[in-house]
Amino acid sequence: MRLGKIKINHYINYLLIGVLTIVLGSITLAGGKFDNSLLFLLEKMGFNIILAVSLSLVVGFLGELSLGHAGFMCVGAYLGGKVAALLVPSLGNGLITFSIALLAGAAAAAICGVIIGIPALRLRGDYLAIVTLAFGEIVKSLFQNTSDESFGGTLGLETPRFDRNYLFIIAFVLVLITLAVVQNYIRSKHGRAVTAIRDNEIAARATGINVTKYKLLTFILSAAFAGVAGVLYSYSNYRVQSAKFGYNYSIEILVMVVLGGMGNINGSIIAAVLITWLNTWLPTKLTGDLAVLQNLLYALILIVIVIYNNAPGLKGFRDKYNFGALAKKLIMRKVDPSRINDDKAKWDVVPTKISMDEILSVDMKQQEVYTDRKRGGKD
Amino acid sequence: MEEILSTLINGLSLGGIYAMIALGYTMVYGIAKMLNFAHGDVIMVGGYLIYVFMATNNPLLAILLACIGCVILGVCIEKIAYKPLRGASPLAVLITAIGVSYLLQSLAQIVFGSASKMVTVYEFGSVQLLGCTIQVSSLVTLAVTVAVMVALTMFVKYTRMGRAMIAVSEDKSAAQLMGINVDRIIMVTFAIGSALAALAGLFYLLKAPNVFNTMGAMPGIKAFTAAVIGGIGSIPGAMLGGILLGMVESVSYKITAIAPYTDAIEFTILIVILLVRPTGFLGKKRREKV
Repeated sequence: MRLGKIKINHYINYLLIGVLTIVLGSITLAGGKFDNSLLFLLEKMGFNIILAVSLSLVVGFLGELSLGHAGFMCVGAYLGGKVAALLVPSLGNGLITFSIALLAGAAAAAICGVIIGIPALRLRGDYLAIVTLAFGEIVKSLFQNTSDESFGGTLGLETPRFDRNYLFIIAFVLVLITLAVVQNYIRSKHGRAVTAIRDNEIAARATGINVTKYKLLTFILSAAFAGVAGVLYSYSNYRVQSAKFGYNYSIEILVMVVLGGMGNINGSIIAAVLITWLNTWLPTKLTGDLAVLQNLLYALILIVIVIYNNAPGLKGFRDKYNFGALAKKLIMRKVDPSRINDDKAKWDVVPTKISMDEILSVDMKQQEVYTDRKRGGKD
Repeated sequence: MEEILSTLINGLSLGGIYAMIALGYTMVYGIAKMLNFAHGDVIMVGGYLIYVFMATNNPLLAILLACIGCVILGVCIEKIAYKPLRGASPLAVLITAIGVSYLLQSLAQIVFGSASKMVTVYEFGSVQLLGCTIQVSSLVTLAVTVAVMVALTMFVKYTRMGRAMIAVSEDKSAAQLMGINVDRIIMVTFAIGSALAALAGLFYLLKAPNVFNTMGAMPGIKAFTAAVIGGIGSIPGAMLGGILLGMVESVSYKITAIAPYTDAIEFTILIVILLVRPTGFLGKKRREKV
């Protein structure tokens, strides 16, 4: 039982999103009505958060670059939208249809996750990035060339309209479900195995971790949630066009993950909200030729943040002005020091970024504590 | 018969462009061990530079100046974006490279606008051969690409700098211990790669005389496919892969049933090659060491 401040940290994102959902939801259910553009923004934030969190699973925790995340979303959007369009006449345009469409979209995307997960077992780094990029383009091109009756071809697939007033509540509930699954996956034994593979695949294999299983599982999970986001997209946009799910959208999701800090779920959520808002706000300010400044901003975010976070030459600078560590220190200070000595508490504070060196240093510290105690006993 | 011949020739000239880009990719990948996503966009910058310098009305001068401009750009990119990340995780380098690619595209749009620009470098005209019309520019493209390939192979094999490149590509730290200035070698590699990109930009303009800010993105990715098919790090491999890919694209465009799926077919070939033979046709196998 640890209900101290550290544990609450784990649930803060559920709490915030949950409270937001309940407040906005009860306003809607009580008969209040939000502006349509705000509702659309909220829905967009919903599926972008799901996308960012699910991509973070592959990029941040598995340490592989996926440039085809929008491709998985595309599969989910088309399949989910199609299933919904087929079911609406018989089942009505309600939650049942939506749930079936959601499952269908997620399952279709998950199958694609398997297809991409298999090359991921043999390839790493640059090659895998290119394969995922290729996958995204293949999916785009396949859906673009479908006939009008099946998936609508270049014009796109028309999807059923859902009552706009309530869709954002569903989106936020799905965000909560995504968070629950992803965070529990990462904090479980499986998640530790995934981060071990990221840090050193050969060492992980040597310690008996089933690399094949975890890589595939992570890809499938990530793809399935991208599919969920796709179904949400299809309900939110009434029309699914494959051209929207190109390389650029995949990069946009990557920008969210990088801006939020790789391997930081809360960061990804904040970045997804911020970028979604920027995407709707900036075009109103930057019109005409200035619109390109938005892409420039994203490019600079990618370059500057990655260099700042990863350049070996900037390590001294990072240690000196590390805001993250500073915040962590402030939180730690409030906690009873006896708890920090607890090995489990340490794992909770740094759940994802633990490297081999850190594990060794923790062991050494424990040993010191142990020998100190022994000495104390003798005296 | 004529149609087959013209398809093949078209494939060869397209393949020449891909091969030229793939040569740049393979040089940089072989030595710096990084996928330079911005390579395609250096082609675009080369195209714009040719457009700008064509104001001199001297194609050769414009090409030369564009090459110099691209070399400066490539070296700057390497110094500012990639060099600080040497020794960092490959993921970080890859993401930065994507960022650089995006940056170049949006800067080009800011400077030149989003509308494409027409630029006619030189009218080569066409010749008749066995009853079909052949653009002389395709022959020029092929000839220059082959010449560049031979020159690069000679350079890598027989000059001090080239041998140093091989050493760096095999083992960076051991090369450093042998007194090779690794930073300088990588800089020169980027310079060569960027010059090749400028030439690729020229060939692109000879084939389709339009410059726009995303013109390098797709050919860049496809040329990487070509480099992988031929075996990344291998100079003749890049040539082979480029020609093969050009042929596939040209033939696929001719067959009406599969024409819309051309991109999908090329990328499927890439995935299959990566799965079945990740080292490509002419690449060397590398064992992963602990």
